[in-house]
Amino acid sequence: MELITTPHLESPDDFYEALIETHSDLDNAESHALNARLVLLLANHIGSLDVLQQALQAARGGAR
Amino acid sequence: MKRRKPENIIPRVKALLAHSTMKDAEFELEWASVYTFACLRMDRFRHGRVIFAGDSAHGVSPFGARGANSGVQDAENLAWKLAAVVAGEAPDALLDSYADEREYAADENIRNSTRATDFITPKSEISCLFRDAVLELSKTQLFARTLVNSGRLSVPATLHGSTLNTPDAESFAGRMVPGAAASDAPITRPDGSAGWLLRELGTGFTALITEGSESEALARSIQVLDGLGTPVKVLRLRIGPRHRRYRPHRQRRRADAALRPAPWQRLPVPPRPARLRTLAQADRRPGQERRQARLGHRLKESRSWN
Repeated sequence: MELITTPHLESPDDFYEALIETHSDLDNAESHALNARLVLLLANHIGSLDVLQQALQAARGGAR
Repeated sequence: MKRRKPENIIPRVKALLAHSTMKDAEFELEWASVYTFACLRMDRFRHGRVIFAGDSAHGVSPFGARGANSGVQDAENLAWKLAAVVAGEAPDALLDSYADEREYAADENIRNSTRATDFITPKSEISCLFRDAVLELSKTQLFARTLVNSGRLSVPATLHGSTLNTPDAESFAGRMVPGAAASDAPITRPDGSAGWLLRELGTGFTALITEGSESEALARSIQVLDGLGTPVKVLRLRIGPRHRRYRPHRQRRRADAALRPAPWQRLPVPPRPARLRTLAQADRRPGQERRQARLGHRLKESRSWN
């Protein structure tokens, strides 16, 4: 299966707002920890190692 | 080293004991050192007439009971090969297969051991962050518990690339591929009594033949091998309907019991008594039935040529 990179979010603006809202009142360390838990939860939801590896590569592409 | 000082160690030990049933236990510090994990192996386990096994060949961290297990597996892999070569029944090259197979298995052990080590002692801040996230989630989320890696139990390596394997003529799914340790399965003997497959295997080569149109011809061709000085026990199996749902939970016995189709095809002189079991596929069943054939067997006939 291919990683979905075309628009797929039901409600992009609502999601983005909820994402930022979830981090409210957290310091940096707590936010990083939240993000890590979020990645793990989403990864489990996806399940497929192949898709996850595509996502890891796509994300890495934005870094050096 | 600061950490070796008794005044640093004793409070830590007391703190650990305080959370256990031994919280009031008295103890004395006998000896203190700093243990660091190390995973390493020799490039080659065979150097001519010198053969390396166990800790002399590879070292792993202690998670998963891999050090002692792999040492015993090295010895078991080597024993029958060395015996065959010393007795002049197999070429010297058979010993190279020991090195190839056990180097591969050592890599697998080291890979698993390193993963556990990295979980237990994260090497970077981000690694620590994810480890802690896993531990936090595992309190409430079942999926996260599968990521908690305090050492995976050692299981026999499947020797996919072994030089003793010959290619599969047909593709079949499942774990019983060439190079895999033989799994046990319940069987019914010709007299109707119940038994287990692994106990029916001989101490030398065993050919498992599933019943089919070509099984007679295959059994005859194995007799030819016997004439060349390789005793082969032949087990002919029929699938039993009552076994179709049977799934072995895990491999019960390793031995050096890799499934290898006809290794003698590769060896100019066949090795003789060997704890090597050979799976010979006689018929041309589709993959699905074939897998069932490996999980549940009905033993139709057992013969031994010696």
